[in-house]
Amino acid sequence: MVPDANFTSYYGRPVVKPSPWTADIPAYLFMGGLAGGSSLLGAGADLSGRPMLRRGARLAALGALSGSFYALVHDLGRPARFHHMLRVAKATSPMSVGTWILTAYGPMAGLAAVSEATPFLSRRMRRSVLGRRLPTVGRAAGLVAAGLGPAVASYTAVLLADTATPTWHAARRDLPLVFVGSASAAAGGMGLILASPQEAGPARRMAIAGAALDLAASHTMESGMGVTVEPLHEGRAGTLLKAAKAFTTAGAALAAVGRRRRDVSALAGVSLLAGSVCTRFGLFEAGQQSARDPRYTVVPQRERLDQHARAHTPG
Amino acid sequence: MTATTHRSSNPAAQLGYDQPPARKGFFTDTSICIGCKACEVACKEWNMVPEDGLELSGMSYDNTQGLGASTWRHVAFIEQPKSLGGQESNLQHEGVDALALAGGMATSPAPSTRTQVDLGMPGTVLPGAEGDAGTATPFRWLMESDVCKHCTHAACLDVCPTGALFRTEFGTVVVQDDVCNGCGYCVPACPYGVIEKREGPTGNDAVGLAQKCTLCYDRLKGDLEPACAKACPTKSIQFGDLDELRERAQVRVDQLVAAGETGARLYGHDPDDGVGGTGAMFLLLDEPEVYGLPPDPVVTTRDLPEMWRRAVLAAVTMLAGGVAVFARERGNR
Repeated sequence: MVPDANFTSYYGRPVVKPSPWTADIPAYLFMGGLAGGSSLLGAGADLSGRPMLRRGARLAALGALSGSFYALVHDLGRPARFHHMLRVAKATSPMSVGTWILTAYGPMAGLAAVSEATPFLSRRMRRSVLGRRLPTVGRAAGLVAAGLGPAVASYTAVLLADTATPTWHAARRDLPLVFVGSASAAAGGMGLILASPQEAGPARRMAIAGAALDLAASHTMESGMGVTVEPLHEGRAGTLLKAAKAFTTAGAALAAVGRRRRDVSALAGVSLLAGSVCTRFGLFEAGQQSARDPRYTVVPQRERLDQHARAHTPG
Repeated sequence: MTATTHRSSNPAAQLGYDQPPARKGFFTDTSICIGCKACEVACKEWNMVPEDGLELSGMSYDNTQGLGASTWRHVAFIEQPKSLGGQESNLQHEGVDALALAGGMATSPAPSTRTQVDLGMPGTVLPGAEGDAGTATPFRWLMESDVCKHCTHAACLDVCPTGALFRTEFGTVVVQDDVCNGCGYCVPACPYGVIEKREGPTGNDAVGLAQKCTLCYDRLKGDLEPACAKACPTKSIQFGDLDELRERAQVRVDQLVAAGETGARLYGHDPDDGVGGTGAMFLLLDEPEVYGLPPDPVVTTRDLPEMWRRAVLAAVTMLAGGVAVFARERGNR
């Protein structure tokens, strides 16, 4: 731990304000990642002829997407004004960029899921112009959603990092990799739950690779954060992130050994989903905590100024 | 100062305003703040900002505690065991006969028969220690009226996804209450912890919306100075054209340093700092963090190109991974 030799504050009060966001936002980080990863999995399953994985992944994407929309609108101070996000498009606002990514992604993921209703249509409807085209439309929409899914999963890292919240901003370099890793682990895990072992191969590989990326990128991220890494290891955030590592590691291990067992695979899936939830809530909470303690704002800024002063002092 | 240089320093000029007026701002000279809080009251009155909590904080005379959705001016009080400027304490008086010195003065006035009256001012020693008059300790009381900085590169404005936050023709940053949907993104974005989502009182028109100082946009439009500056009885809060305020601030800080107040410094005046300089600058007598200000604030959107590059790299990694897990399917199903 770095000693904070001359750290002063105004009666210990925070310098920056923590975000006013509630549990809706970390829940969205998880669900958005799950949706994006599931769309990727669904399109692959569609092209490679895995109907059970395709159906499961497309429906999981729609479910997670619906949950995301609910969470995002619910978290607003004025939910009835959610459409004000569509007034502008701003590259300087990760939330605006995310709004437009979701606006493009949402209908495509939705359409891909709706096309799964084809077998439930009456014979007449299936033979109608629309009915005959539904699977093709679903495939095309699913491919677009798969292309946009990774963006849905990764932009949220910039959403957090582009703030004065010390721990989030210090994590900016590796947070997107952590987020796509966590999203892939969650989507792969969901695939393991929803598809039979015969079809679940790609989901299994996605789950294991995602978990490995999540863990490795988290490790790299933490080593470069200086004093702002502390909130990741303390309090509620520390507990959540410890649990996240345990769930993610166990899930990946179970996924690897349970190739032929659906029950073991499903357990792996649950564990990976739990790991992803804990990762998102843990990183969210760590940021909030770093904003509440002036130490994480003042100490790194003071160090930066001192370094600058030393560099510009002759001799 | 010519009109041209005024305009060049006004960020409004780059945003398509036709012939904007000179950039407006505040210069808050904390060395002459007396902590009366008239600025807080005037701000609340004019802007109809609701009550923001009635509690005793134990933080000197500061029960306001900090800027927020319903606190657009905040006076900070800092008590320090240091002397102010050239003041000296603990001088040796033992060998000095004050009466003899007074008697030796040719024009000494008649000795006063009045006794000192306790005005109830805060003491500088521990309660109960008055009786045996120990040695006086050095003491100074810093007061600073804080406000939104109206940054040249404003993070709140950058990240606002609705366009509710905008740059006015005066170069200030203002929230449009009828556009804001309360997403709250500006709150963690602000490197000074100024803007906040209003949570109450129930029934207030702006509950759920981001709120902060408008630099009295309505008054500026009517050629009036902001309410806080108007109310300030010592001109600690000065309002005007930013370029002119910068010069005035430099003169004042030089004056204080020459008078022995070596801790005097300007804050927010430098266009090369992390936020491109602020529209509200301060003359401080100690490090910024002593007043609850960040010592080296940075607009995080400065790092946005790098962050987007990393996000694209991550997304491409995920997409490639998605293709790869299916590409292997022929051999391993």
